[in-house]
Amino acid sequence: MHIPDGYLSPSTCAVLYAGAGVGWFGALRRVKRALTVRMVPLISVFAAFAFVVMLFNLPLPGGTTGHALGVTIAAIVLGPSGAILAISIALAIQALFFGDGGITTLGANCFNMAIVGSLVAYASYRILANRAPIHSRRRVIAAAIAGYLAVNAAALLAAVEFGIQPMLFHDARGVPLYAPYSLGVAIPAMMIGHLTVAGIAEAAISAGLVAYLQTADPALLQPTSGLAARVEPLSVVPQRMSLRKLWLIVTVFLVATPLGILAAGTAWGEWSSSQFAGSGGRAAIAAASQAQPAPAAAPAGLQRLSTLWTAPIPNYAPQFIKSPSFGYLLSAMFGVGLVIAVALAVEAILQRRRVAGQSG
Amino acid sequence: MSHNGAIAATLLGITRALGRALVTDTVARQPGFLQALDPRVRLVGLFTLVLAVTLAHRISVVVGLFAAAVLIARLSRVSLGALATRVWLVVLVFTGVIALPALFLTPGDPVFATWSSPLRITAQGIAAATLLVARVETAVTYTTLLVLTTPWMHVLKALRAFRVPQEIVMMLAMTHRYVFLLAETAAQMFESRQSRTVGLLDRSTQRRMTARTAGVLLSKSVELGNEVFLAMQSRGFRGDAKVLSDFRMSSWDYLGLAAFLLVGSVAVWIGRS
Repeated sequence: MHIPDGYLSPSTCAVLYAGAGVGWFGALRRVKRALTVRMVPLISVFAAFAFVVMLFNLPLPGGTTGHALGVTIAAIVLGPSGAILAISIALAIQALFFGDGGITTLGANCFNMAIVGSLVAYASYRILANRAPIHSRRRVIAAAIAGYLAVNAAALLAAVEFGIQPMLFHDARGVPLYAPYSLGVAIPAMMIGHLTVAGIAEAAISAGLVAYLQTADPALLQPTSGLAARVEPLSVVPQRMSLRKLWLIVTVFLVATPLGILAAGTAWGEWSSSQFAGSGGRAAIAAASQAQPAPAAAPAGLQRLSTLWTAPIPNYAPQFIKSPSFGYLLSAMFGVGLVIAVALAVEAILQRRRVAGQSG
Repeated sequence: MSHNGAIAATLLGITRALGRALVTDTVARQPGFLQALDPRVRLVGLFTLVLAVTLAHRISVVVGLFAAAVLIARLSRVSLGALATRVWLVVLVFTGVIALPALFLTPGDPVFATWSSPLRITAQGIAAATLLVARVETAVTYTTLLVLTTPWMHVLKALRAFRVPQEIVMMLAMTHRYVFLLAETAAQMFESRQSRTVGLLDRSTQRRMTARTAGVLLSKSVELGNEVFLAMQSRGFRGDAKVLSDFRMSSWDYLGLAAFLLVGSVAVWIGRS
């Protein structure tokens, strides 16, 4: 399935390089975001592993042998982004160091096998395995089907790329300039080999590897299993200490709230419509606006919207409290309490959803 | 090969891959035309010629570029015998098999037909098959020349100079390093298994054994990845790496680059349909 140089037109190669570029960019960004500096050596070693696995000859039923791609196990262990990078790197080394697969077609090969292959393998494995336990046989079967689908999806793409060449690129006499077969020939020719040999090789190696990991190293199957990982609780003491500190800070600010009364004048732009009517209010507006006189009447929009909502405790002064300082303090306590209540409610809803997600 | 053939074939495949890497190392160290050029010039120049090969619509231009590839190979002391067996023969067989049916399947003016058979060879079919084989032969020769004359570290430095993200270059370098280690480990596992095996293994046992070997290799790879990370971290790795770049372009390099671009442009100009 490694397309060598010369089979695809330069414009096809350019389009597929662009497509692969989008995949590489997205995968690199996700890996960097997740990161996980640890991913750098892991992806590198996995790429080396995929390269070596591609050299394995796998005896298949019917007397033939086939080579696996390693894309499925990469997607299962590293996730789609890691697999895209690992398989692309393995393909780049094959092309640039071993001369297998072309340089102009590297984008096409990476697009077909690394990007589409990884995404198909990952999506089908996740859908088929669903939330089956790590040691479930369903995961082995899911890996096999995912491998079969991934290889055949990549092969189908390669066949389409071959098949469109004679339609798009031929000379005046009708001589095809690149791969000479139409879709009607290219698709069956490519797919027969992949449906019967290469797909089965990838299915067999993926299933075998998942079965091996289930007994030898189940932790490697955990991250993409969709099952919640068992997270070790962090030390409780520092959490309590930090919470206590937080409460202390909140209390200090709460007690200090009456200081707000000391601030003279009105905050600029925070005027109410009634202030525009009275002479005192107008004088305050002019003083706050560098002696610019206030307009004769409140702006129409402000007038209209000011009646839309009436605050339950206007000006931080509950009507039943005579002392403005105590009114400020009470308003602050009420506000903080309200914020804490909303936060607790949101957390409770999220917690309930998380529990439902884990048990479902 | 008949005894436990798949294991033997895998061993042979791994040995060949390692052998090819060794040839690259030897050729890259020899003095020669390509080896004397700055790796960036080599990468850009040979890529330009591969692109010219794929852009050329005339067989005569492709053949001209093939002759240029042979000349560059001679000047770079790359053995033509090795090129013939490693590239030309392999491509001829592989692409030839693919191109052969095009003789009959390409619609066009019949050149040869038998009255008893619906099969007929068309002029367009001959042109398409010849162009495909010539194009692939020439393009793969240039790619092989690049691979044979450029040590891997130089390829990486050149990629860095072309602003390929540092993480990617770092991963390419590490992968290359561990490909050999893992290939050798895999070869040793297969070899030890083969040396302990008496008689023939049936195909399903061989298949199971290959999958398990891959599994052990996977575990070893992940373990290796973790160890490498700890080693990197203990040396102060925080996600960014510094690569020394001591490439300097000489007048010879500029001349080489100009020659590559000129040949490529002329070939594209003459080769357009």
